[in-house]
This record gives sequence, C-alpha cells and structure tokens, in this order.
Amino acid sequence: MTHEIRETAPPNEPENNWRQYFKFNTDHKAIAVQYMVTAFIFFLVGGLLAMLIRAELITPALNVVDRPLYNGLFTLHGTIMIFLWIIPFNAGISNYLVPLMIGAQDMAFPLLNAISFWMIPPGGILLISSFLLPNGTAQSGWWSYPPISLQIPPGQPINGECLWIISLVIIGISSIMGAVNFVTTIFWMRAPGMSFFRMPVFVWSALSAQLLQLINLPALTGALILLLLDLNFGTQFFKPLENGDPIIYQHLFWFYSHPAVYIMALPAFGIFAEVLPAFSRNPLFGYRSLAVASLGIALVSIFVWVHHMFTSATPSWMRILFMFTSMLVAVPTGVKAFGWTATIWKSKLHLETPMLFAMGGAAMFLLGGVTGVMLAAVPFDIHVHNTYFVVGHFHYIVFNTITMAIFAAIYFWFPKITGRMYAEGWGKLHFWLTFIGANLTFFPMLPLGLQGMVRRISSYDPQYQDGNVISSLGAFLLGVSTLPFIANMVGSWLYGQRAVNNPWHATGLEWTTTSPPPRNNFAEIPVVKRPPYDYGNPKYSVIEPTESDEQRRREIWER
Amino acid sequence: MPKFLEYLLIAVVIAILLALSRWIGQQAYTWMPIQATAEAQKVDDLFSFLVSIGAFIIFVLLGMMVFSIIFFRAPTNDYSEGHPSRGDIRLEILWTATPTVLVLWLAFQGVNIYQQLHILGLQQIVQLPTPLESAAAYAITTGEKPKPAAETIEVFVKQWDWSFRYPNNVISQELHLPVNLRTRLNMHAKDVLHSFYVPDFRLQQYIVPGRNIDLVVTPIRPGKYKLKDALFSGTYFSLMDADVLVESPEQYNQWLTQAQQELATNQNQAVAEYTQPPTTMLKSGWYTVAPSQEGIAQENYVKNDT
Ligand code: HEM
Ligand SMILES: [Cu+2]
Repeated sequence: MTHEIRETAPPNEPENNWRQYFKFNTDHKAIAVQYMVTAFIFFLVGGLLAMLIRAELITPALNVVDRPLYNGLFTLHGTIMIFLWIIPFNAGISNYLVPLMIGAQDMAFPLLNAISFWMIPPGGILLISSFLLPNGTAQSGWWSYPPISLQIPPGQPINGECLWIISLVIIGISSIMGAVNFVTTIFWMRAPGMSFFRMPVFVWSALSAQLLQLINLPALTGALILLLLDLNFGTQFFKPLENGDPIIYQHLFWFYSHPAVYIMALPAFGIFAEVLPAFSRNPLFGYRSLAVASLGIALVSIFVWVHHMFTSATPSWMRILFMFTSMLVAVPTGVKAFGWTATIWKSKLHLETPMLFAMGGAAMFLLGGVTGVMLAAVPFDIHVHNTYFVVGHFHYIVFNTITMAIFAAIYFWFPKITGRMYAEGWGKLHFWLTFIGANLTFFPMLPLGLQGMVRRISSYDPQYQDGNVISSLGAFLLGVSTLPFIANMVGSWLYGQRAVNNPWHATGLEWTTTSPPPRNNFAEIPVVKRPPYDYGNPKYSVIEPTESDEQRRREIWER
Repeated sequence: MPKFLEYLLIAVVIAILLALSRWIGQQAYTWMPIQATAEAQKVDDLFSFLVSIGAFIIFVLLGMMVFSIIFFRAPTNDYSEGHPSRGDIRLEILWTATPTVLVLWLAFQGVNIYQQLHILGLQQIVQLPTPLESAAAYAITTGEKPKPAAETIEVFVKQWDWSFRYPNNVISQELHLPVNLRTRLNMHAKDVLHSFYVPDFRLQQYIVPGRNIDLVVTPIRPGKYKLKDALFSGTYFSLMDADVLVESPEQYNQWLTQAQQELATNQNQAVAEYTQPPTTMLKSGWYTVAPSQEGIAQENYVKNDT
C-alpha cells in the first residue's frame, strides 16, 4: 500500500521539543535559543520604531508624528536596539557556543543562567508598555541626560522615564548575573586539554566582553538609581540649579556605555574569527595575537569614555588625554582587521550566506572604525559631535558590523542549533537586501553630519533633504529585508533538510557532536590535543576519544 | 612571476593607492560647510589629513577582500586547505607597530591643531563655583595667553530659544558679530543643557545651567550663518535655530545703535507651535514642558557678569 518510509528517528528529535523553549529550562542551549528569539522580536519592534522615525525624516517639515512622540520614538529605538537586541542576542549566542566550544556540559550555574534570561522579557515589556502611559515613554534619548530626563509630567510618579530606569536596572542586573556565569564557566569548565591558547577566538572575545560587563556595568546601575531618586524622591544629585552636577551623570553613564560598545562589538569580532576561516579554508591568521587583542581592546576601552564628552565643559588636559587613549583602541582593533584580511588572502573561498554576512560586516567595519578614529580627534569631534556624522559612525558599527555578524552567526550555527539546513537562495537574497539597505541608510548620514545636520531633530532645513530621502528609502529596504529572513528561519526549522554534524567542514568542538547536540553536549567529554582552526588537517577535528582516566590526565599535560 | 616583479607590482599598487588617498583627502575640504572662522581652516586641514589616512587603510584592506573574492574562489566541494600559513610574526609585529605609529601621528596632529585653536580662541573658559581659584589655576596652565577679546556678548539659552545681550544692553534674537575681531561669548543656560553650535564656525560647546561658560570666536568671513542647539533639549529642540550675522565693524556698530531704538520683539517658534493644534498624521498629545514667551535676557534670570 502506501509505503510509508519511516526514517529512523535521529537521537535528538528536533521537531518534538519546541515546547521546551517556552518553559523555564536550565539547558544552556535552550536558554540560548530563548535569548536569541526574544532579542530578535525586540529587534523587529526597534526596527518598526526606526521606520517611523525615517518616515518622519523623508520631508523637512514635521508631518508624521508630533514632537513628543518623535522624541519617544528615538529614545526607545536606541534603548531597545542596544539593551534588548544586541546585548541579549550576544548573551544568547555566547550561551549556546561557549560551553560547546570549550567542551563543557553546561554553564557553570544553570539555574542562574535561566533566571538571567527570564529577567529580559519582563524588563523589555515594561519598557515598551510605557507607550500606553497617558504621557508616553521616556523622551530624553538613550543617554537620559539630566536635567532633561527629569522634566516629567507634574504629579505623575509613574511615567515613561521612571519605567525606563526600572527596566534598564532589571536588564542590567540580568547582564551582571550572566557575566558572572560566563566568566566562571570559561575559567573552570574547560575540557581536558583546552588550554587558554586552544580556546577559539569567539570564547576569548566573549570572555573580554563579559569582564567588561562585570567591571563597568555597576557604574551605570548606580547612576540610574541616583537618577531615579532625583526623579521621584526629591534628591538633587544631578540637578544643576540645586547644587547637583549633571556632568557627573555623563561620566558615570559613559564609563559604562563606551565599554558597552565593545561589549556589543567583541562577540561580533569573535563570530568573524570563526566564520572567515571556515569558509576560506585557512587557519585563522595570527590566532594568538587576535585572541590577546580581544583582551587589549577590553582593557583600553575602559579608559576612553570622555571622548563622548569633549564638549561637556571638559578641561583641555582631559580632552587631550582621552584623545590619545581613544586612538590607541585602534591598535588592537586594527590587529583584528588585518588578521581577518590575511585569513581571506590566498584562500579557497566558499561564499555561502554566513560568509557573505561575515565578509560584508568586516568590510563595513572598516568605515566604522576609520570614522571612529576621526571622532577621537578632538578638534574634528568638536565640529561633528551630536551630528549625523556620529549617527553614521556608530550605525556602521552597530548595524553594518554587529548586526551583520549576528546574521552570519545565525546562518552558520543554524544547522547545529536546529538540526536542519536553511535555504541558501533565501539567505543570499537576505544578504543582498541587507547589505544594500544598510549602506543606503547609513552612508548618507556621514556627509549630512559634516554639513552640520544635528541628530535627534524631528524637522530640518531643506538643504539636507536629499541625503535624508536616500536614507529613509534604505531604511524601508532594511525593513523588507527581514521578511525573507523570517520566512527562511521558520520554514527551514520546520521543513529544512536534515543537517549533518559538520556541514561546513569546520573545526571546533561544537562540530564534533550531533546536530542538535544531546542534553549534555557530548557523548563523551572531549580531550583537546590540537590548536583551534586546524584547517588543512584532513580530519577537521580537534577531538580524540580517550580510553582511560589515566591517559586523559596525561594528555592534558601533553603539548 | 619572479619575486622582484611581484614586489614591483606591490609597490606600484601602493603608490597608486597613496595618490588616490591623497586626492580624496583633498576632496574632503568640499564636504564641509563654509569656513567662516580661522578655526574652521585648521579643523578642515585636520579632517583632510584624517580622510587621507583613513582612505588608504580602507583601500588596502577592502582591495584585498575584493581581490580575494574575484580570484580566490574554491571549486565546489573542494574543502581542502587554502594556504597553510597560521601567522607570520614579522607581519604581525609590522601591523601592530604601523597603526601604533599612525595613531600617535594622528594624535599629535590633533594636539597640534588643538593648540592652534586654543590660541585662536576656541578654548573654553569654564568658571566653576569658585571663580578666583580656578582663574588663577587657569593662568598658570596656559603658557601662551590669548589676546583679550574686543567685545563681550552674553548668550542666553532656554527651552526653546536663544537671546543675546550686547555691551550697550541691546537685546536681540540675532547674533551679530564683527568680522576679524575676537568676540567673547559669555553663555548661560536657564533650564537644561544646550549646545552652542555653528557648523560654519566648526565649534561647539555645551552650556550647563549654573555654570558660566565662555567661548571666544573670531569670524573671518562676513555673511549669514545658522546657530543651532546641538544637544537634545526636549520637545521643540528642532526649532532652536538662530541667525548669526557676521558684519564689518561699521555695519555692526550701525546695527547696534539702530537696534537700541527699536523695541525688541520676541518671536518664538516654539511658542507658536505650542499654541497651535498639531497637524501631524499621528498625534500623541503627550505632556511637554511649555515654552515660555519671555526671552530670558529680558527676565534677567542669570545675573553673573564676570
Ligand atoms: C568597534 C566598535 C565601536 C562601536 C560599537 C562604537 C560605537 C559608538 C557609538 C554607539 C557612539 C555614539 C555615542 C553617542 O554619541 O550616542 C560612538 C561614538 C564615538 N565613537 Fe565609536 N564605536 C566603535 C569604534 C570606535 C573606534 C575604533 C573609535 C576610535 C578609536 C571610536 C570613537 C568614537 C568617538 C570618539 C565617539 C564620540 C563621538 C561624539 O559623540 O562626538 N569608536 N561610537
Ligand atoms: Cu565611545
């Protein structure tokens, strides 16, 4: 009759376990997916707000949203993209990869890990729900500089600003708990033989980013609590006309928020370091220096925050000092960019979707980095500070580099995570729409800023219209570009071809286990005997099963 | 290809890229607004230099990526190794040392130009609550003392307009400046932080309520420019443009005497918009601080002559 071909079910049935993602779950792989999917939903919300902003800016006059709403839109757009998209996504992908890459069975504190994740949805929903308040959301930008952030509707203690602060504190606490977990895991849970210099660069960069969270994030949490006291309890920490000092807030804010840009960027650099070698079939060029450069970037970036405050009545000696430190960041960052390029050079390139996103992201990072160094030069920054030049600079980083890297990661590890392949054609379409849209959207901002178009304005001089039209059209294209992505992800997860363990012939421990991996990641704890990125080795593999505990102990010490 | 030919080719390519970068650096001047102050020329020199260096780095790395995409493609299903090299310690030292030298060079250029601006007058004189001490400390740290300003104009900013008080007590919403003369702007904010920004002057300075902040400008080109508030200052932030008129000393003095006779009328765009119903497609009706009709120069809110 109908000969039903019943495949023998693979050990990890991918489609029957979708419910696990809606439950409190302590498996780091499930938590990772929860983080990533939640973050992506927030990305869509933030993107919708961005499209409204760009709709307003198509014409010089104010005609789409009224001014308080416009101010609420850019405030929530920035806050969501940073604190609910990039940072939680990075927590998600690091959650997935770090234990697998170092050969651990889970994170060090699985329960803490689940709690960290479950703070994100309430924090995010609280923030977005402020649209429903009678006087709306916070409207003072993602910096929330006092005293403007303290100008709230009289007699309304529950207001947008108040919810903004509370949700950021919640998300911040979640990040600190996550950081404790990551750092502990990387230090103590490595498999036998996984010495620091056998860790993939992604692990190095996750470690550097999480160390920054531990060191710098408490400054922001403290500042936000003081701001809340000023807002609702009559204190005067930051009120300039009542003996408070608004500039101290700026120092505390940027003491976290500059390192935050590297908390966001370092995992992206780590993703490039995994994807580029796999698709160029070359070992990562200068592995050790790229690994150490991650820590170098983290270290230097603790001491550069004043470059956001060159015009905040900052004395000359401080301006010059921070000009030097800011420019120094370019050295370890440059080492990374040279390393990636040298890896691609004289290689055998395979241009599948993850590689397109990684190469596109690395290429656009060049412009982001170069404009960053320009901004570090005080005399030039004094001209373009608070203009669209800065907006162009950091979007070349946060979207054109980091978000591209995130997409590279999603496509690259999709087979591992879901056990299925994505559709290549749709992936390529997604790449081209994104790449073109990103440049159309963010490049025109650079000349606009040079010409003196101030950021955060809701109406502008007609002389700036051309650039703004291009930018808005680009933004709508970016909106469209997410459609093939979503279709591909949903469709492939449900109906995609079964993925083998190592579809890319990549090195790295995560590829030695099944797709998706079993609950404890590895059938047998691997023993690591080789450096990472062993491309050119016919086995594409860094593990060898061991017989006895005795032998395993010996092998840890073997080099 | 013989080794020396390869080196020759590399040298030629580098020479072409250098020339191209320099050319782009020259173009950079045209991306900027008019140079209306002496400071602007210096800033543009620095910008042009930064663009040249940045363009060279981008050309080299982007060029290598594009070249690779064109020439280093793997045949399908060929997963063999591309090139076994894991690193080259000489190359790595070179590409650590090169950016270090480069950014130090950039930073020293930055300091150099910064110092020239300082002497030209861009330095901000921030008077903290203890003016005597900081003034003394300031005198010690600045070796080369800038010339004193010929004229002092007081700048008042609030949500959401600017007003200016001239030495003869004329109050206006236009900033008139004599050309080729050093003018001191003594700036006060009433409510929140604002930023004084004239793109054609290439200068920007935050104004902090409760602090007395000075800026010295020397416009060198007569004309009409726009003053903007660059630091987000609330609902009607976008309406905070004011006209800046740089005039010959005769015209400037003539305007001062003429303005003394006229009654200062206060036109405030924010007030106009606040009192009208919104015309936008989406109306939130959320709370906003009300713009005050009075210019603060008239209110004499801040009385701290220095
Ligand atoms: C690599 C990742 C980087 C990220 C994620 C990043 C991100 C950002 C962001 C978000 C801002 C805007 C802050 C704001 O005004 O709201 C910014 C501004 C700035 N960035 Fe970067 N940046 C990166 C690289 C660099 C580099 C390499 C430099 C210089 C060495 C640099 C220098 C600056 C400076 C000086 C500003 C302040 C501009 C101003 O506000 O006037 N950035 N960056
Ligand atoms: Cu920064």
